[in-house]
This record gives sequence, C-alpha cells and structure tokens, in this order.
Amino acid sequence: MNWQWFHRLGSPRWFYEKTSRWSPWLGVITLILLVGGASWGLGFAPIDSKQGNSYRIIYIHVPAAFLALAGYYVMAIAGAVGLVWKMKLSFMVMRSAAPIGAVLTFASLVTGAVWGKPTWGTWWVWDARITSMLILFFLYLGVIALQGAYQSRDMANKSSAILSLVGMINIPIIYKSVDWWFTLHQPATLKLTGASSIDPSMAYPLLVMIAGFYCLYAWLLMHWTRADILRQEQKTNWVKELLLGAKV
Amino acid sequence: MSFQFDNIVAFLSMNGHGGFVWSSYLVTALALVCLVIIPYRQKRELSRQIRRQQRIDDSSFTQK
Repeated sequence: MNWQWFHRLGSPRWFYEKTSRWSPWLGVITLILLVGGASWGLGFAPIDSKQGNSYRIIYIHVPAAFLALAGYYVMAIAGAVGLVWKMKLSFMVMRSAAPIGAVLTFASLVTGAVWGKPTWGTWWVWDARITSMLILFFLYLGVIALQGAYQSRDMANKSSAILSLVGMINIPIIYKSVDWWFTLHQPATLKLTGASSIDPSMAYPLLVMIAGFYCLYAWLLMHWTRADILRQEQKTNWVKELLLGAKV
Repeated sequence: MSFQFDNIVAFLSMNGHGGFVWSSYLVTALALVCLVIIPYRQKRELSRQIRRQQRIDDSSFTQK
C-alpha cells in the first residue's frame, strides 16, 4: 500500500498550501449558511405555542453545543494521532481546537442561561447536562493552560493530548445526562432515528444552522492551524518568503 | 413561509423576549468574531517580526 499521502498529510507546508485554496470557498459557504439560517430562524420560523419567541435561541444554542462536543472529539483524536505517530501537524490541530471549542462551549452555556431565564425562570441550575457542559469548558481551558505551562513544546503537547484523552470520559456523560438524570434540561430535540420532537418548519432552519456551524468549525480550525503553522515554521525558508512577499 | 412580525419594532421586541434572543445572538456573534480575528493578528505580528529581523540581517551584512 502506498502511504505517501499519509506522510504528506503530516507536512505543515502541504497542509498550508492546500488550505490556502479551500479556505475562501469554505468561508463563503459558511457565511451564506449562517446568515441565511439565522434570518430564517429569527424572522421566518413560526412562533412557538408554549415558549413564544424565546425559543429562537435554539438556532445558536443547539449548533454551538453540537460543535462544542464534536470539537472535543477532533481535539482528542488529533492528540492521540500526535502521540502515536509523533505528527507535528496533528498537535497543531489539537492546539487549535482548544480555543475554538472553549468559545463554542462558552456560547452554548451563555445562550442556555439566557434561554433558561424566560423558560425555566432561572439563569442557572446545577442540572446534569449543564454541569457536564461546564466541565467540558474547563477541560478546554485546561488544554489551553497546559500549552503555556511548559518550557518544552513537546512536553506541553504530550500532556495536553493526555488531558484531552482522559477528558473523553465526559463526552458520553454529556450525551446521556438528559436521559439518566431527567431534571430541567429537556432531552434531545433532533434524533437521527425515530421522530424528532420539533415541527419541520422550525427544524429546517435549525438544520441549516447546524450545517453552518459545522462549516464554520472546519473553517476556524483551518484558520487557527494555519496561523500556528506559520508561527512554528517561522525559521523555514518557505514561511519567510511567504511572509516577506505578502503585503500584510 | 412569511415574515412572522408586523414591523421592525415587533421584530426587535419579540413580544418581550427580544432582550433574551438578541443578546444571545450578539454574544455568540462577538465571541465568534474574536475567533476569526485572532489568527489574522498573529499572522500580521509574525510578519512584522520577520521583516524587522530581515532588516537587521541586511544592514549587518552591508556593514561588513
């Protein structure tokens, strides 16, 4: 079998050059989906009979929470690949995933709190889902902190990867929390199998927003990884030529 | 599918829920904008550093 593609995948320069071409397209698609989905959800989706207009927060709350979780897989898997194959690019992806995941988790917690006030009558409650999401936020912050805690980049990467892998325990707990401890947070609205508990007229803009957030995540991860590549490869000729030639 | 609100004021107030809805969209948008800007700033800073280094290297080369 030809493993050349695998080695090329580990080359930061190859990644940088490839993504230079993809990034603008993905950026445009992301923008269209997010602007379209948000206007649909804010202005055109019908009013909820029970919650009124406050439910419109779902169009950012759910996608942000989705990607906060999916982003954790990305970070942990990138960390594992880095540990096993000592791939430099993989650690760069892991490092980039941490601040993006932290911001998305933060967004889902804040929007959840703001949604909770008119719906449950409280900003915050130590419910299983909310508490496990808060732990997720601290896990992301932990990886960011570990990156700055070591003199040696190698040690920082290894310990971040190990923290991300250990923190994986939290992910199934978050998913299952609404079923195991049924307190205040409602169970999943969208289901892959079986009927969803949301009307299609409200679900379509939600699906557009979720697709938009997936694209946004991919774009942001590229964007951060590319910046990290430049920083870490700054002594190489190709980065020097690129930055000296470009009018920034 | 039609616009659900009678006018722009109704759209902004959302029957009293406007504050909740708009603030959550605003906070999320601001947080995401930060995520977009930070790498661009890092790149600009790095490119400044490299230029500065290049100038130092060039001038020390001509002095010799």
